[in-house]
Amino acid sequence: MPKQIITCTINGQSQRLDAHPMSRLLDVLREHGLTGTKEGCGEGECGACSIFFNGRVVNSCLVPALQAEGATMTTIEGIANGEQLHAVQEAFLKYGGAQCGICTPGMIMAAVALLKEKPNPTEADIREGLAGNLCRCTGYMKIFESVMRVFKGKGTDLEETCPHK
Amino acid sequence: MAENAIGQSVVRREGREKVTGQAKYVDDLSFPGMIFGATVRSSVPRGRIRTISFEGTIPWNEFVIVTAKDVPGKNIVALIEHDQPYLADGMVNHPEEAIVLLAHPDKYLLEEARRHVRIEIDPLPAIFTIEDSLAQKEIVWGKDNVQKSFLIETGNMKDAWTNGHVVVEGAYETGAQEQLYIEPQGMIAVANPADGVTVRGSLQCPFYIHKALIELFALPPEKIRVIQTETGGGFGGKEEYPTIIAGHAALLAWKSGRPVKIIYDRAEDMVATTKRHPSRTKIKTAVDKQGKLTAMNIDFVIDGGAYVTLSPVVLSRGTLHSFGPYACPNVKITSKAVATNTPPHGAFRGFGAPQSLFAIERHMDRVARKVGLSPDEFRRRNFLSDGKTMPTGQIVRDGVDLSALLDRALELSHFHDKRRRFARENTTSAIKKGMGLATFMHGAGFTGSGEAYLASIVAIEATKEGIVRVLTSSTEIGQGKNTVFAQIVAETLRIPIDRIEVTMPDTAIVPNSGPTVASRTAMVVGGLVAEAAKNLKELLKKKDIHFPVKVTAQYQQPKDISFDDKTYRGDAYGTYAWAVYVAEVSVDTVTYEAHVDDFVAVQEIGKVLNPTLASGQIEGGVAQAIGMVLYEKVEWKEGRMVNGQMTNYIMPTSVDVPPIRVFFEGVPYRHSPTGAKGIGELPMDGPAPAILNAIEDAIGVSINKIPCLPEDILEAMERSRA
Ligand code: FES
Ligand code: FES
Repeated sequence: MPKQIITCTINGQSQRLDAHPMSRLLDVLREHGLTGTKEGCGEGECGACSIFFNGRVVNSCLVPALQAEGATMTTIEGIANGEQLHAVQEAFLKYGGAQCGICTPGMIMAAVALLKEKPNPTEADIREGLAGNLCRCTGYMKIFESVMRVFKGKGTDLEETCPHK
Repeated sequence: MAENAIGQSVVRREGREKVTGQAKYVDDLSFPGMIFGATVRSSVPRGRIRTISFEGTIPWNEFVIVTAKDVPGKNIVALIEHDQPYLADGMVNHPEEAIVLLAHPDKYLLEEARRHVRIEIDPLPAIFTIEDSLAQKEIVWGKDNVQKSFLIETGNMKDAWTNGHVVVEGAYETGAQEQLYIEPQGMIAVANPADGVTVRGSLQCPFYIHKALIELFALPPEKIRVIQTETGGGFGGKEEYPTIIAGHAALLAWKSGRPVKIIYDRAEDMVATTKRHPSRTKIKTAVDKQGKLTAMNIDFVIDGGAYVTLSPVVLSRGTLHSFGPYACPNVKITSKAVATNTPPHGAFRGFGAPQSLFAIERHMDRVARKVGLSPDEFRRRNFLSDGKTMPTGQIVRDGVDLSALLDRALELSHFHDKRRRFARENTTSAIKKGMGLATFMHGAGFTGSGEAYLASIVAIEATKEGIVRVLTSSTEIGQGKNTVFAQIVAETLRIPIDRIEVTMPDTAIVPNSGPTVASRTAMVVGGLVAEAAKNLKELLKKKDIHFPVKVTAQYQQPKDISFDDKTYRGDAYGTYAWAVYVAEVSVDTVTYEAHVDDFVAVQEIGKVLNPTLASGQIEGGVAQAIGMVLYEKVEWKEGRMVNGQMTNYIMPTSVDVPPIRVFFEGVPYRHSPTGAKGIGELPMDGPAPAILNAIEDAIGVSINKIPCLPEDILEAMERSRA
């Protein structure tokens, strides 16, 4: 089948991507080198494929590639500011929020979105906010701690570095 | 150097790559000319393959097609028994058994093609349960369906049942569980007669694959190379199965002359790869007037599935944990792994111990009730302690004080206060609450003489530039091996941690430090790393050193540890981790949902090398075990998992897990240079019985089978009312 061209903005850069018309946004991102977005299930259950899509976090495995026409997206590769990690990344690193790391990019996207909406989340908010992202390694405790620490320690930095204010 | 030292929460070495999305997992890699591979599988549990045909309007001439007759060497997966083929040849013995391999550059066409391979199989009678296999309803493996059996006997059982002691019998069952690492399995192979075979992928045991590919391709060892890519979780699920995918990818690469990538999608991963062995255990015990165990008769059986794979060693570990942390003079344990026509069950964190410990820990609660003692007091009267003897004849020398661990767990969980309060409140509430505990141990390292046989080797290299490189085949699968090994070397050599590199396993570069299994990496391999670092330190004191220099260390069985594999007597494990876990649960008697509200995990694991990583292991294991008990149920139909998706096989989410409160005690292990013991599997053992003990405390109904979902609680409550 002939490929189609999608014009969109990813991590602040405008892009023209060729895509198999049957492919999912997840495939197209990964085929174009953005492999930080992961596939855990392909059916919207695990959240490993989470990205920001027009300002909202979505499961990119559920988005047909052609829907990305004209969209603005941020993937895990666009979360840090150059060498400077985002406060959420910093916290995951420091407090053990990542073990095998496969859920981590998606989990960080969900955490960034959560903190954008609720800069002072309660534990219940965190649990709710991350419920669409599965982690098999951590038992979630250190992920909760990481998110807590972001708002306790560096709430304001987050606002500055977050690409989706 | 304090920030490097052992005992500090040093930040995960590869953490930065993981939080930025830069870490490269197998599916993130691509090679020039690479094509994609797919597997065509059996649709029936057992039968004879009659015809294979390639149908539809598929351009079959563009495809690489591999069947059993394309295998250059032996069509067997070399592991323990040589009974499993890489590709079914004539017979199939379980659903989803691989029969044909396909490869093509276009993934979409490949998927289409897979659906157009028609395999006609004449079905043969099949069996799917432990009971049918034991009853030999059909012989599907060997002479009698028995893949392995063990017998452990000590003391004299004869008089125990008749002399007025309290006798309790019970039967306990555990179901299959999917490892559900979030990264599905996958491999990339490059293979041709000139260069040999190189595979890269998501895996735990590079040298298992190495050994098997030597046989599959009839090539010399130096022509096979296995490289680990960043691995998104293993839990045992990437212990033996990656050997098969590596072989499949390599067969396609060998035939096509192009790099081949095989990535399982979630559904294929769930239905085709290994799961935790289902089990059933029968226990009969006698207890005297003082509340002491006088006799235990345990019969433990696991479902091995269609081929032997690792079942003998899973059975062994399950058998050697079946008596729990208790002393008893008269014990008889019989155990069997039996064949059924399901995909082979395999390694999964705990490796048989969660199954048999579930049984004994449920049983102990039931006995306590019968003799009128609290669950903690009854256990306390029977605890093993230093100088006491296990049924295997092993004398405990861990310096462990289980009673003190128990006290701490009772206090931290407010066990007795809450139990009393819940008993009062439950009478007027539809939500019933309860407290349950489990006390247990987990043997660290390979069972029996396993470590002596493995004789693991590690190497450390120092370069002119001042870099120290740690070379082992131990894989980082999230547990923190990279970090802990670096800490051990930093501590020994007194150098900054950023001068230390922990090499990614590549069989062409690293020595064989054994597989990454059995809670052995930090303790056994980490111990060797410490030893090698010491050797390097000595060497560097000399003059005239020509860099790079390399030192090694090899495992030697300590003189005071010995095990007889024939009689199954002796030191089954060099040491054990010991633990007391307490679960607080609530059961909604309207919806029949059970929820864990609080969880206290107290354990003695030797020296804690990195508190953040260690508690992360315990928390993750407890959550996975909560999944095994309350959420995850494999539904079978004719030997095939029918709920092989994350939408209908449900693992715990962030709203399902309780606060998991982790506490360590550390009595350093005498034979480990760092003092560490194994911890990875321990947290899988205790939660299941603790939770079901708590459910019985809450609703007064004894449930002896996991998983225990709302429908199971409903059924049990109705049964008890009837
Ligand atoms: S891969 Fe998209 S939700 Fe799992
Ligand atoms: S860190 Fe492994 S799945 Fe979350």
